[in-house]
Amino acid sequence: MNKWNRDQMAARVAADIHEGSVVNLGIGLPTLVANHLPAGAEIILHSENGVIGMGPAPAPGEEDYDLINAGKQPVTLLAGGSYFHHADSFAMMRGGHLDICVLGAFQVSATGDLANWHTGAPDAIPAVGGAMDLAIGAKKTWVMMELLTKTGESKLVQACSYPLTGIGCVSRIYSDLAVIDLSPAGATVVELVDGLSFEQLQALTAVPLTDAR
Amino acid sequence: MIDKLRTSVLEALADIHDGATVMIGGFGGAGQPAELIDGLIAQGARDLVIVNNNAGNGDTGLAALLKNGQVRKIICSFPRQADSHVFDALYRAGKLELELVPQGNLAERIRAAGAGIGGFFTPTGYGTDLAKGKETREIDGRMYVFESPIHADFALIKAEQGDRWGNLTYRKTARNFGPIMAMAAKVSIASVHEVAELGSIDPEHVITPGLFVQRIVQVPRTATGPAGFKAA
Repeated sequence: MNKWNRDQMAARVAADIHEGSVVNLGIGLPTLVANHLPAGAEIILHSENGVIGMGPAPAPGEEDYDLINAGKQPVTLLAGGSYFHHADSFAMMRGGHLDICVLGAFQVSATGDLANWHTGAPDAIPAVGGAMDLAIGAKKTWVMMELLTKTGESKLVQACSYPLTGIGCVSRIYSDLAVIDLSPAGATVVELVDGLSFEQLQALTAVPLTDAR
Repeated sequence: MIDKLRTSVLEALADIHDGATVMIGGFGGAGQPAELIDGLIAQGARDLVIVNNNAGNGDTGLAALLKNGQVRKIICSFPRQADSHVFDALYRAGKLELELVPQGNLAERIRAAGAGIGGFFTPTGYGTDLAKGKETREIDGRMYVFESPIHADFALIKAEQGDRWGNLTYRKTARNFGPIMAMAAKVSIASVHEVAELGSIDPEHVITPGLFVQRIVQVPRTATGPAGFKAA
C-alpha cells in the first residue's frame, strides 16, 4: 500500500498553515512540521514551557539549555519572540489565542475525541504534561498520526478505548493514508494518498467515512 | 533597612520543616534551582510534599532529593521522562505518592493560590480520568472542571538577578514556574546569579516584584545542562 512518509505528512500539514498563524507543534511527529513551513513566511511557534517566536535548533556547540522547547530540547529565539511564565503560557492556549495545535495520538474518535496521554496499561507510569491543555486550547486542534497501529488496527475509532485527553477537540487528522475532517456529524475524507481508493480506506476502519473529495 | 539577601544557601533554607509543602521551580533543567535543592538535601527536612512540573532528571537535583528519601508526595504534570529512573523506581515501589495534574491546571492552581483565588473552572481535563470526582459546571454552553489552588510553605526558585528588596529577573525559558511559585508560597527563596544594587534593575524589567520574595541567596553562574530527553 502506498503511504505518505513522515516528512510527506509533515509537509502536508505545513501546507495548511498560513502566514501569521500562531502554532504549537506537539512533541514527537508534529515537531517535523517545523522543517516544512514555507521559507520566509512569518509563522509564530509557541512552546508551552514559556516561549513564543521559536526558531530552529541551534548550531552544535551553541546550545543554551535555558532556552528549550516543551520537549526539553535546545531551540533558538527569532526576532520578535518573547518569554513568559507558565500561567501566561497556558492562558495563551486555554484563552483561545493560538490558531493551531498539532498533536500526536494513540486514538481519535469519529467525533474528535482524543486519546494521546496514557495507554491505560496498569503498570504504566502516567504522565500528562500539557496534553490536555493543548487538546482543548487552540482554535483548531489537528492530529498527525499513522492511521494504523503496528498490528494493523485503525487508530481512528468509533470510541476511544484508551483514557481520553479531550472530548470533541480534534477537527482534522493528517495521516499517512488520508486527510480526514472530524465533526459532530462524523468523519469526512478530504484527501487520499495516490493509489488508495475510498473503498480501500473504508475497509481499514470501522468508522463510517463520507467522501468529500 | 530591608535586606532579603542571605549569606548562604543553608541559612536561607534553615527553617524548612519536616512535612512542609515545597514548590520547586524549573522545567527539566531550565530554572531548576540546583543549589537550593542540594541545600535542602544537606538540610535534611523529610516527609516533604514537592510541587514541580517534573519528578527529577538523572541523579542530581530533584532526583537526588527523591533518592535521599525526603519526599512523601509529589504534585506534578510529567513525571515519566527518558531519565526519570529515580522517580520511576520509588513510584513502582510504592514509596512515593503522586498527584498528577495537567500542566496548565498545575500552573493556574499555583497562580490562583498566589492571587487569593479560592478555585476556578477550567475546560482542561473535562471528561478525562484526571477530572474524576471533581465538580463540573456548564458555562455558556461549555463544560468546565473545578480546580482548587495549590498553596505552599516554601518556594525554591532560580532567578537571574535580584536586589535586597527581592525584585527578580529571570533568564530565557528558565523563567517558567518562578514568578507564580514566588506568589504562592508563604516563604519564597530565590537563588540569583547576580545581586544588583537597589534601583539598578530597570523597574520596567522586574518580572517578580520583591514583595513576593522573602529571601535571596547568590550562587555562582554555571551553564544549565541538558535534561529530560534522550539525545538523538
